[in-house]
Order: sequence, then C-alpha cells, then structure tokens
Amino acid sequence: MLQIKDLHAKAGDREILRGLDLEVTAGQVHAIMGPNGSGKSTFAHVLAGRPGYTVTSGEVIYKGRDLLAMSPEERGREGVFLAFQYPVEIPGVSNVYFLKAALNAIRKHRGQSELDAMDFLALVKEKSRVVDIDEALVRRPVNEGFSGGEKKRNEIFQMAILDPALAILDETDSGLDIDALRTVAAGINQLRSPARAMIVVTHYQRLLDYIVPDFVHVLIDGRIVLSGGKELARELEAKGYSWLETAPAPAS
Amino acid sequence: MTAVASETGTYRAAFEDLLARRASREPDWNRVLRESAFARFEGAGFPTTRLEDWKYTSVAPIARTVFRHEPQAEAPPEPAGVPADPAGLRIVFVDGHHAPSLSTGPMPEGLEVTSLATVLAEHPGRLEGRIGRTLGEDPGTFVHLNTALHEDGAFVSVAPGTVVEPTLYLVFLAAEPRSGPRASYPRALVLAGRASQLRLVESYSGPDLPYLTNAVTEIVLEDGAVVDHYKLQREGRSAFHVAAMGVAQGRSSRFSSFSIALGGGLVRNDVNQSFEGEGGECVLNGLFLADGTQHMDTHTRIDHARPHCTSRELYKGVLDGSARGVFVGRILVRQDAQKTDAQQTNKNLLLSRDALVQSVPQLEILADDVKCRHGSTTGQLDPAALFYLRSRGIDEASARDLLTYAFASDLVRRIEVDVVRETVAAHLRGRLPGGLGEEVPS
Repeated sequence: MLQIKDLHAKAGDREILRGLDLEVTAGQVHAIMGPNGSGKSTFAHVLAGRPGYTVTSGEVIYKGRDLLAMSPEERGREGVFLAFQYPVEIPGVSNVYFLKAALNAIRKHRGQSELDAMDFLALVKEKSRVVDIDEALVRRPVNEGFSGGEKKRNEIFQMAILDPALAILDETDSGLDIDALRTVAAGINQLRSPARAMIVVTHYQRLLDYIVPDFVHVLIDGRIVLSGGKELARELEAKGYSWLETAPAPAS
Repeated sequence: MTAVASETGTYRAAFEDLLARRASREPDWNRVLRESAFARFEGAGFPTTRLEDWKYTSVAPIARTVFRHEPQAEAPPEPAGVPADPAGLRIVFVDGHHAPSLSTGPMPEGLEVTSLATVLAEHPGRLEGRIGRTLGEDPGTFVHLNTALHEDGAFVSVAPGTVVEPTLYLVFLAAEPRSGPRASYPRALVLAGRASQLRLVESYSGPDLPYLTNAVTEIVLEDGAVVDHYKLQREGRSAFHVAAMGVAQGRSSRFSSFSIALGGGLVRNDVNQSFEGEGGECVLNGLFLADGTQHMDTHTRIDHARPHCTSRELYKGVLDGSARGVFVGRILVRQDAQKTDAQQTNKNLLLSRDALVQSVPQLEILADDVKCRHGSTTGQLDPAALFYLRSRGIDEASARDLLTYAFASDLVRRIEVDVVRETVAAHLRGRLPGGLGEEVPS
C-alpha cells in the first residue's frame, strides 16, 4: 500500500527527514518510535501534505501513485487519514456538519452517492459507539472546549466515520490518562482490518501495550535505524534510545 | 476655501428650495434648527481626512458628486427591499418620503408610528426639544446636513408600559433615480416610554447606482424601557451610506443594537450612546462583510455618564478583495460612573492580501472602581484549521468558506429576528458556497 524510499524533508529551513525508508502493506500496524526531535511528527505531517514542509528528495508511493504530488484534500479522499497530535479547535463549525462535508467529499471522489442527513446521522450513531463518544459532543463545534481526551476520541471517531485505507496516528496517546488511553486504543483496535494499514507514531511504549503492532521502527535523526517486531518496543522502554543514537547510520 | 464653497453650493439651493416648500408647515423652532445646522455645514464643509474622526475615510467621492434633491414624483418601486415578515409592522419610505401604500395599517394600542413630516406639521410641540438631543454637542457635518435637509422620516412612540409584540420595521428604500444621483435624508425618532418594550428593524436598500443616503436615527429610552434594535444595510454597491444613531438611555433601561452592513460602496456608521441614568445596559453588535472596493467605517461612542451601567460591544468584519474597514470604538467612563462594566471586542478577518482594516479602541476611564476590557484582533484564516479541514478531504475553497462562515456565524446566531437572520445567512451562502450547506437536523 505504501512504499517510502529515501525520503528527505525539511520543516521550514531545517532538514528533519534524512533518508527514511518504509514499506507498509494493507492489514499491518507499524509503530514508529523515537526520541523527541527525531522527525516523527514531521514524518506524519509530510504524509498528510501539511504546508510548510518540503520534500527535498525521495519518493512516497501510495496505492501505486505518487502521494507527494497530491494535495492534502486529495490524499484525504484517497484514504489517507492523519489523527492529529494537536487536533485543531474550529469555533462555529459543528462536528457533524464538518464530518458530513468531509465524508461526502470522499464519497463523491469514490463515485458514491452523497449521504443525506438522516443516513449520516444513523452512521454517526453507529460509529460513536466505537470510541464511546457522547453524541452531544459530536454536535458541538469541532474540538472547541474539548478536553485532551475528548479531542483524541474525536479524532478516532472521525477515522471511524471516514473509513480510511491508511491511518497515521500521531502521538494519539499524548496527554491521555490511562482510562482515556484504554478507550481510544480499544477504538483503534476495532478499526483494525485486513484492508487498512496503520502507522502509529509514539514516543512511549505504553500505547503499544494496547495497540499491538506488527512492526516497530526506531526513528533517529530522520532515519529508521532499527526495525523489529512488537518486542522491540519493550526493549526500548527498558533501555531508552541513547544506545541507538550512537549507532552508525545504515548505508543509504 | 473655494473648494468648500463649490462643494456645498448645490446644497444651498436645495436648502432654500426646501424652506420655501415647507414654509407654512414648518414650526419656527425647527426652521431655526435647520438654519443653524445648515450654517454649520456651510462653515465646516465636508470633512477631510485631516480630521481625527475622518482619518481613515475620505468622503471626497461624496463631496464631488452633484446630487439632486428635489422630490421625485415616483411610483413605488418594486418593494424588494421590504423584509418579508407577515406578522411584522412596518412604515416604508422611498427616498426619504413616506410611502403609505407600502406601509402596514393601524398599529397596536400603545404604539404610534407615523411620518415625521406629519407630526412636524400637525403636532410640532411633540417634537420640540427632541430633535438632535441624543447626538452630542458636535454631531458632525453629515448630521448637520440631515438636520437641515430632512423632509420626512419615522416617528415612533411607545406608550409607557406597552410591550409591542410584533417586530416594527422602518424600511428606507432608494428608488431608481431618473436623472443622476439623488440624495435623501431619512430621519427617525423613536421614543420608548417608561418600562415599554420594542423590537425595531431599520432596513436600507437600493439599486446598484450612485446615490446618497444620509440617515439619522435617534432612540430615547425612558426608565426601564427595553429596545432591541437591528439595522440591516443592503444599499446598492455604488451607493454612499452615511448614518448616525443617537441613543439616550434612562435608568435601568436596556438597549441592544445589531448593525449588519452588507451593501454600499462607501459606508459610515456613527453610534453615539449615553447612559443618562443608573443601572442601564447597552449591547452593540456589528457584522460587516465587504469585498471589491467597498469601504465600511464604524465609529461608536459609549458614554458611561452614570454608575452601575454595563456595556458590551462586539464588532466583526470580514474583508475580501481590496475592501477597507474601520472600527473606532470609544468608551468614556466618567468620574462618578463607579461600578461601570464595559467590554469591547473587535475582530476582523482578512481574506485577501489587499484588504485592510483599521481597528482603534479608545478607552477613557476617569472613575476608579470599574471593570473595563477591550480586545482587537485582525488576522487571516488559521492555516492550521485550513489544513485540518483539507486533510479530511474538504477542498481548499470550501474549507476557506467554511471557516469564514464560522467566523461570522456566532454573531449571525444571535440575530433573533428570523427574517433578518435568514437574509444574512442567505447573503453568506451566496458569498461562501462551501460554507453552509444543508443543515443537519437534530
């Protein structure tokens, strides 16, 4: 589904990604771990097409197409979904209105008919159970006045509604207490499917106790320096990242 | 200055013509008022941008234009500008002249709504000492011009204790001019008696041709009166709209006003409010949407002259193209106005590089036990919010529309008169096709 080759990218003027390679197949969950400043969030944002990041070389092929040539909305419609580390508050736009507009943009792109208000609300009811989100919250302006946990739930709720092929979860565990973490992780686990790939970006191993990945990659200085199975996360938790930071970079 | 003389020359002819026409119906005191106002207009001429109050707005295009003043015998226009509220009461004016055929019939008990010209001719005593009372010592050239030249307008009087249920519409239409630009000087005087209650909509609209509406509205609230005022300005895109509103509030009265500016090429609104008794409350809201070369200027002045009064101001502007916006909000808290609670907020959204806004809060606080806050923000659409929406599949143009609509919508939701809210929402839908689709039912 996703092939990333030798990806170099800058955030503003600073080079952050320095030759990142990754291959993700449908049905897999990949965890990207790494210390602060290693490029985890840049990686997530580059995949989603956030303005302000420049890809200087390398390629990202998504479903056989050049992802980097697509606008953010095109990526969204093609099934790329970024769960934001810091979901944006949008006063004056209700969650339901926003999500209906998004879902119908995606459906239209897929050649499906647009959902009317009644069908959409039925879908909202069904999907709000995935992350146990309060329906009243769904009607409120997007993320406005939401707690940290509510914002993260809302991200996963949006993911449930929009049904992406590739979900990138950027530090979805940050700022969550253990109960909220369990709820959010349970929601994410419900959304695992053979048709969907997930990239879980996290600083801590804690989230991976609940969302068990198929692969764990360690990102340091903009490169993946080590890959392994789920047990690698535990090793990192025990040993930290410093032993890897001195490791020689793999030949590019 | 010869420039002033030539600019004001055509007004002298109009003024003399008016006095001649009104001779027998004009009470002496009002003739004196007109003459003194006209003398002040002639003396000062049109304001230049050297004057502090007109620093950001040049009225040269108005000064340059030769307007026709003589009455235009005119069939009533298509009443497109009349708000469609079947339950509403209304009095309609065309080019500042009362149009009884477009107005509604008898008013409910306790509410008097008539043509100002009629009251002036038949019961001048009811107006004596009331014309111009709320506008302050130096109300400015355009008010002087209106005071000198107004032919008609609305006289509204609510008897003490009367609660008027239906909304009252004061509708000012500009007719299609037959030959060249016209000027009209609508005048409204609203007297809300002790503990009365009224909801009032002033509506201005006209064709997309040059004309001048120079309007003055005065609203007097006796003790305990409640007036909800709306102004819906939808003048033609080439029109000049210059308006002043004076508000005098008695003890424990409540005045709220919502000014919506959608039309006009060159627009200026002045609000001059004063608390004349303790415990009053004043809410001034405003929303203006400007694009192309529209220029919209609002000056408000709230005078906390008495203690224990509360004022809230929220003005928002959305500017696109090379539009210009001005908000100057003055709050004066006098020395003995203790326990004043005043808040002023001005927020502007710039949708293009060429749009520009001047936002100037002016707080003058002479009392020491008061709560006063003000804030002003001017900015572009939040790039983080734009990206968030786009990342969910919403195209950029729709995302911009959605965020722009959201910026205005908290004010739009506060409009309690359905027909006004719908008019504004429809205008927004037209301008922001991606901003508001079908509503999701609850």
